[in-house]
Amino acid sequence: MKTMQYFKNVVTLKLDAELCTGCGLCVMVCPHAVFEISNRKARIVDIDDCMECGACALNCQFGAIAVKSGVGCAAGILNGILTNSEPSCDCSDSKSICCE
Amino acid sequence: MNLPIDFQSFKPLALSLPAVSTQLNWMDYLGAIKVRWGIGRDCYTVIPGLYKVGNPNSESDVFVSANYKLSFDALRKNLDSLNAWILVIDTKGINVWCAAGKGTFGTDNLVKSIKKTSLESIVKHRTIIVPQLGAVGVAAHIVKKQSGFRVVYGPVHAKDIKAFIQAGYKATPEIREMTFPIQERAKLIPVDMMYGKYKLLIVLFVFFVLSGLDRTGFLFAKMLETSLFPLVNIIGAYLAGIVIAPLLLPLVPFRAFTFKGAFWGVVITLVLNLLFKVPLIESIAMGLINLSLASFMTMNFTGSSTYTSLSGVKKEMKWAIPFQIAFAVVGLILFIISKLV
Ligand code: SF4
Ligand code: SF4
Repeated sequence: MKTMQYFKNVVTLKLDAELCTGCGLCVMVCPHAVFEISNRKARIVDIDDCMECGACALNCQFGAIAVKSGVGCAAGILNGILTNSEPSCDCSDSKSICCE
Repeated sequence: MNLPIDFQSFKPLALSLPAVSTQLNWMDYLGAIKVRWGIGRDCYTVIPGLYKVGNPNSESDVFVSANYKLSFDALRKNLDSLNAWILVIDTKGINVWCAAGKGTFGTDNLVKSIKKTSLESIVKHRTIIVPQLGAVGVAAHIVKKQSGFRVVYGPVHAKDIKAFIQAGYKATPEIREMTFPIQERAKLIPVDMMYGKYKLLIVLFVFFVLSGLDRTGFLFAKMLETSLFPLVNIIGAYLAGIVIAPLLLPLVPFRAFTFKGAFWGVVITLVLNLLFKVPLIESIAMGLINLSLASFMTMNFTGSSTYTSLSGVKKEMKWAIPFQIAFAVVGLILFIISKLV
């Protein structure tokens, strides 16, 4: 576990060890070190570190990872509820930012 | 005349590719400050295309960047003394992280940019270095299939590029990780602070006017005399929620952002009640409003935080929002009552 972690047992990340070839790309793309390779298979170290960014699932060409991804952003979710659509963080205006 | 180079002059040309400096000048720094405070940030872009750093040749590395000026600046600054190419893709002026989430920094756009700049005839190798956070929108295996270029994911931060190259084009675990230290949080606060400024002014105005309510009707003098307490409370709670709580994020042990904000809302209330002497009912009224407002503001900081998940934020909002509304409504009613008794 890192210094900062969000809630326990809420994320939708799923790993199917059957499909995994141990290529290791998920380890390379995850910004929160959720995966490690042990015995030539990916393994989830601490699922509560996951922020559901979706990088791992998108880059696993063997389809071994599934996650319902999105930006965890309250303003976006509120917008989604009010306009009855999928939550989306509109970073293009100065409403919400994640500038780096 | 030696004019400072501004971003408009970074136009890539088809034949002679533009060279960029790895030194940032005062215009770049001034621009960065303006963007962080949300002043005219709409046009802070770099024209997409291929750029030269130093004297690159067909063997030189290709680094991919968003066309958000700050991302581009962070990259070129960290490529000093190197010869390399920068492929700027059109992300509509949004940084890599946001653009990847929205899909503009994505597989299709990257493949299109590779083709448009004829990268395959400019470099002999077939590797491009994509910032790691771009992986949220880029599927490496599909880029390879569609363009022939292999994607290597670089570090999260441009400042680690040299370390990445030294390690043999491998991002070590330390430079792959996205932490959220106090300096990062501090950078995000100004824009978030400006975000609600009009709504804040409306709320302040409403409380200013309500302060003049009286059993006998409306007293202008009373409004001027007693409005300071509610106004200071509201500004205090707003800042507690969007400045203090994010800065001191890990200090408050609750995991929920709404709780972190509420905690500082209570602290502000206690401090202000030591400084001002007001009737108990007004103290309670403003306390409830502070709690609701600070909690709401910190909840919005989840949009800037780099470790909160969509599922988590949804879960938190589901039970927090009814409380925030209830506290605000009860607080408002109590405030009005406090004026009439
Ligand atoms: S990217 Fe997919 S196949 Fe490769 S190690 Fe990770 S889960 Fe396994
Ligand atoms: S969704 Fe993102 S944070 Fe979660 S495991 Fe995958 S890459 Fe890591």
